[in-house]
Amino acid sequence: MVKYVLKRIGYLLLTLFIVASITFFLMKLLPGTPFNNPKIPAAQIAILRKQYGLDLPVWQQYLNYMVGIAHGDFGESYQFAGQTVSYLISTRIGPSLQLGVQAMIIGTLLGILLGAIAAIRKNTWVDATATIFAIIGRSIPNFVFAALLQFWLAYKWRLFPIALWDGFSSSILPTLALAMAPLANTARFMRTEMVDVLSSDYIELAKSKGESQWQVVAKHAMRNSMIPIVTIIGPMAVDLMLGSLVVENVFAIPGIGQQFVQSITTNDYPVIMGLTMLYSVMLTVVILIVDILYGFIDPRIRLSGEGN
Amino acid sequence: MATNKPAEEPILSVKDLKIDFRTFAGPVHAIRDVSFDLKKGETLAIVGESGSGKSVTVRSIMGLLANNAHIASGQIMFHDADILKKTKRQLNAMRGNDIAMIFQDPMTSLDPTMPIGKQVAEPLRLHTNISEKKALAEAVRVLKLVGIQDAQERLKDYPHQFSGGQRQRIVIAIAIINHPQILLADEPTTALDVTIQAQIIHLLKEIQEKIDTSIIFITHDLGVVAGIADRVAVMYAGKIIEYGTVDEIFYNAQHPYTWGLLEAMPTLETNSDRLYAIPGTPPDLLDPPKGDAFAPRNPFAMQIDLEQQPPFFQVSPTHAAATWLLYPGAPKVELPPEIKRRRQIWETQFAGKEAE
Amino acid sequence: MADTKENLQLGPDAFKHVATNTQAQEKIAAPSLTFSQDAIRRLKQNKFALISFWILVIIGIVALLSIWFSPADPNRQHLAYTHLPPKWGNLNIPFINGYRNGIDMYAKNGVPKGTYFFLGTDYLGRDMLSRVLVGTRVSLFIALLATFFDLTIGVFYGIISGWKGGTTDTIMQRIIEIISSVPNLIVVILMLLVFKPGLTSIILAIAMTGWVTMARLVRAETLQLKDQEFVLAARTLGESSTKIAFKHLIPNLSSTIIIQTMFTIPSAIFFEAFLSYIGIGLPAPTASLGTLLSDGQKVLQIYPSELVFPAVVIVVLMLAFNLLADGLRDAFDPRSDNR
Repeated sequence: MVKYVLKRIGYLLLTLFIVASITFFLMKLLPGTPFNNPKIPAAQIAILRKQYGLDLPVWQQYLNYMVGIAHGDFGESYQFAGQTVSYLISTRIGPSLQLGVQAMIIGTLLGILLGAIAAIRKNTWVDATATIFAIIGRSIPNFVFAALLQFWLAYKWRLFPIALWDGFSSSILPTLALAMAPLANTARFMRTEMVDVLSSDYIELAKSKGESQWQVVAKHAMRNSMIPIVTIIGPMAVDLMLGSLVVENVFAIPGIGQQFVQSITTNDYPVIMGLTMLYSVMLTVVILIVDILYGFIDPRIRLSGEGN
Repeated sequence: MATNKPAEEPILSVKDLKIDFRTFAGPVHAIRDVSFDLKKGETLAIVGESGSGKSVTVRSIMGLLANNAHIASGQIMFHDADILKKTKRQLNAMRGNDIAMIFQDPMTSLDPTMPIGKQVAEPLRLHTNISEKKALAEAVRVLKLVGIQDAQERLKDYPHQFSGGQRQRIVIAIAIINHPQILLADEPTTALDVTIQAQIIHLLKEIQEKIDTSIIFITHDLGVVAGIADRVAVMYAGKIIEYGTVDEIFYNAQHPYTWGLLEAMPTLETNSDRLYAIPGTPPDLLDPPKGDAFAPRNPFAMQIDLEQQPPFFQVSPTHAAATWLLYPGAPKVELPPEIKRRRQIWETQFAGKEAE
Repeated sequence: MADTKENLQLGPDAFKHVATNTQAQEKIAAPSLTFSQDAIRRLKQNKFALISFWILVIIGIVALLSIWFSPADPNRQHLAYTHLPPKWGNLNIPFINGYRNGIDMYAKNGVPKGTYFFLGTDYLGRDMLSRVLVGTRVSLFIALLATFFDLTIGVFYGIISGWKGGTTDTIMQRIIEIISSVPNLIVVILMLLVFKPGLTSIILAIAMTGWVTMARLVRAETLQLKDQEFVLAARTLGESSTKIAFKHLIPNLSSTIIIQTMFTIPSAIFFEAFLSYIGIGLPAPTASLGTLLSDGQKVLQIYPSELVFPAVVIVVLMLAFNLLADGLRDAFDPRSDNR
């Protein structure tokens, strides 16, 4: 088990190294930096270039960058002079994480519930309604959904703050907007798993013990169908990261998603690189944790893991 | 062998059962007018090939039919109450308590994510107000009874940590923990190795004596039947075509289909170097044949077999067969050699007894 | 058990021996269906999938026809006609009569009689209907190209990786792992930064990332198929790998490929809209569902219809593709027993 985890961490570091390298050289290929503004005098540009280490040969820049990354230093923002990328991210990651975690919890819980109900009442109007709800959830782009939530619940009915980050109530609408995709996906996945489980022999045996339908579901079907849900946490994390890009913009939340979009439009390369790395680290770590976690919650894998 | 149980009231009585399955192509008539009795303490084997309706029959007794099943007519009387008329709640109270079931494939019939102790104790916890601790203690006792010796230490183990034979023993433990009056065994040995099969059958017999239960034993293998059953019912294409005591079916069979099954069964006495196989396939129950369903595969088929379904002809008080060959005016046929050999054993060993 | 019928009378003819015919017995009453026939039958029973299919066909035809029969030039600005509400001829029905807050906006802005905008106009006085039609066309075009790359790069990458196995497979899988350890939208964004924003870059970006899932699925399936007897038989007979791939693998992979393609399409449509929405997709003045939504979002609180129309189109498109994809998956998946 330990050996397996170490091997996985090794691969993870290799992957991140490659991602960092590719990002770095892509950025070097880019046309223009914020200093290409013709209004800035050439002398000042030279100073700026020196300040940001852009006058060095590319391989030297690459080396500096890599060494920096290893120390958690992603350089300085072009846009906000004097601010390091790490500092910029650290001030903005809080709201994003809070939104992400809230949305993930709501999305999975409701998704599991919806999917389970649909599977139990398979081929009835309940199933049809739940399935359609899930498909609609998958089909409405999150930015459209966010805009509609904002328009109706905040602007028309004044139930929630329209935008900005000020206390829990202002996190409700963005959380809902973000939770939509994970909810829909979990519901769909859960339904498929549950339908499979419900037609299995051990459910038949549980029924033959005299369990009512709800007992069968609560004692046997739920756990067995929920174990594979763990495997979609990875893709869900991706959904949430991407969702945050637009949702944070719609609701003007000072998170890393909004920062990312802003950096893209202002060509703030160090920040773009830093955030790309951050997203990759988060994603790979989530996937690693999920794989390890899976081994712990499924008794079948647990044992074979010990055996190796 | 054929123990003469006292002729008492049957504990379970299936009458004129008809079950259809709705499919896209139309209704499949899976069970076509099946009737039989089960007496207290006896073992009834239902024999037939796949698709003959034997599994559907036991599932209907448990009230566990698939959603697209439709019970067209009939009743299943259990202690003066019709199981088919029971509410969901009544069925739940009956299942696992009065009537329990043993499933075919032990590899898939245990919950993979629940420790086996909990699974075995579950029926007790469901049907009695026993504490968890006591239920687990009882689970250990029953697991030992079915031959899991280190039960106490293995209560927390998961199904995948047991072998196929052990898992089937656990499934049996689940079925018997509440001392049911009827055990339905749906091909409990089919998925097991031959050596384990014998052990499981032996175990079932042993348990039957210990907890005094009746067993309906479903199988496609006549060879297994001899070791366990008191009486045998042979099913073909959704109908029972012959029933009788084990000896009557093995040595004095009357229906050509039963003959075919007997011929296809390898025995030590079989001289032929090739095993017999019944030609053809069972009929499609979307559109069941008008006459005897076996007629098209029957080397002894007669005109009437194609036109009219044969009624049951009583051979003895315990033995009847639905074949026109038993009609008083029907011609005598030349029996296959294997059946002839069995008839001779019947006449020498049992005919005298019958007269007594 | 059934009683013996004593009173039955039968003549000797009844007991004439008949020859048995086991052949005739083999007839099966249920109509026999091939795998794809059965799948199509099940798909046809799925009303949602069927309706979705026809909706997509209609949207496709309308979008295509709008190349030649556009109600107006989608990029022609008319600053006197900004933010007009929808008006359908002289129909006096709320929301489509040209009134907003009780005022006839058409009269107020001096729009000549006989000029109508079915979906109103945007902040530059451009005809919304024409722009929505162009946007739909752009979305469908991107979807079509994404499908193309899915089918070419994804399928072949998967087949080669699965079929070759060994080191080739390991390296190819590592590459996929690296690509997928960055959220693919971020790869797309990086691509867009390197190339100039525009239709070509969006398509290139989607081409570079969209095929990964397809490649994975196809590889997994190929690995399974590789060990099956009919493929082994073909190999033993000395057929070339290319021939096996086309004759044996692709037909057996077809259901996986079709289903995955149907899931690629809505995600490609979403990608374009997403990128254009955050402002790095298609540049102005090109109309696409994403840019329309982005423009609509800015004036949502005053002129909600400018967001709602493109939103409805994109939701209907995504919904129809998703429903059709779900229907296809259920139809092709033998495990689902929707009779």
